[in-house]
Amino acid sequence: MWFELFLVPFLTGLLLAIVLPLLGCYLRLRDEWLAALAYAHVAAAGALTGLVVGLPPVAGGMLAAALAGAGKRFAANRLAGGASYALLMLAGWSVAVLLAANQPLAERLAQALFDGQLYFADGRQLALVAGGTLLALCSLRALSGRLLLARLYPDLFRLRGLPLWPVQLGFDLLAAVLLALATMSLGVMATFALLFVSPWLAFRRGRSWRHGLLWAVLGAVLAYSGAFALALLIDQPFGPVLALLLVLLGVAFA
Amino acid sequence: MSILLRAEGLVAGWQRPATPALDLQVAAGEIVGLAGPNGVGKTTLLAAIAGRARVISGRLAISAGVRLALQTQEAPPVDGLPLSGRELLALTGATTDGLPTWLVERLGSRLDRLSGGQRHYLALWAVLAAPAELVLLDEPTNNLDAAGVLHLGQTLRQRAAAGAGILMVSHDAEFLAATCQRTLLLEASDVV
Repeated sequence: MWFELFLVPFLTGLLLAIVLPLLGCYLRLRDEWLAALAYAHVAAAGALTGLVVGLPPVAGGMLAAALAGAGKRFAANRLAGGASYALLMLAGWSVAVLLAANQPLAERLAQALFDGQLYFADGRQLALVAGGTLLALCSLRALSGRLLLARLYPDLFRLRGLPLWPVQLGFDLLAAVLLALATMSLGVMATFALLFVSPWLAFRRGRSWRHGLLWAVLGAVLAYSGAFALALLIDQPFGPVLALLLVLLGVAFA
Repeated sequence: MSILLRAEGLVAGWQRPATPALDLQVAAGEIVGLAGPNGVGKTTLLAAIAGRARVISGRLAISAGVRLALQTQEAPPVDGLPLSGRELLALTGATTDGLPTWLVERLGSRLDRLSGGQRHYLALWAVLAAPAELVLLDEPTNNLDAAGVLHLGQTLRQRAAAGAGILMVSHDAEFLAATCQRTLLLEASDVV
């Protein structure tokens, strides 16, 4: 009983609290931290669309985010400077709100997606998040050097005859799918908070890249664990408690 | 000596011609300088050799299997990035052997907490000491103090002695004279 009620949701969120700040560091490296909000909103719209057309919401959310992640590359020249993420966020939000307003089924799910539904995570969701986390950790480890190199010495890829697009497309897809998965469990703003605050602190405080990644994960895991316990103790929604704790952490250590 | 790079009547540019026609060759073990006034196209020429800019006319050939390294005047964007000097060198595969002691001591520090000169030299070293047979350098002495310029000259000579070809753009006539076996002067109409 206790296991089903608290341990499964806790572990689901804990895995995301480990992997999201790592992803956030690489998004920050690429000046793409707005991607978190964009993919989260697109995932929410995709989940609601999935529900309306009879698909599992998780599949709809991940499919929509993956399509957005792959598709934005084709419009990269016209939508430079983060414009693609702002447009994706607005489009995702609009579709989600319109579906929620017109479909009774979608209204409840929309509320859960935007507020977060971590305490309702079940074993299936934990397995999905665990798989996604493992995939993300392996992918980030493999892509890390190339992502840093693409930022600092982009010419090196051409000089060494290495294609850059698989690195960029692979990372975009990974970010989109992972953020969709996180949005389904934590909600839009809690996902954004985990992805933004501790990487931001890590970039300010880290002595090196490796040290920065460690800082980001430690900060997020501490804030997450504290928020999980506190939200239960004071019987408040988890997402806002987590976001507030992370904001306090950010103000205290920035 | 094997020829690494050969250019014949080469005119380079981004959209339209931006350099005079140039005949040039760089052999293994050779350091060649490129001098000339601002705007004559020295940087564009390096960019064309590196595949960034277009070859508008003429012929450019790089020997098969030759690996290139390119240092540009744009500094890597490290402000606000928690990246140490040691991590930067590891990214490009650059060795720390031969790095001056005043930089070895700072390898563990964040790049954005180093002085401008230290940061520039590390970013340059990440290119210069990376595995490559042909090294292209664009104003490498910028931001370097006398000790840095002296060390750079020694390093370039060692790199050439080990078999690399080096093509270097610089406004520093004294440095070019002290370091290069020959220097080409680019002028708006031709090459001297």
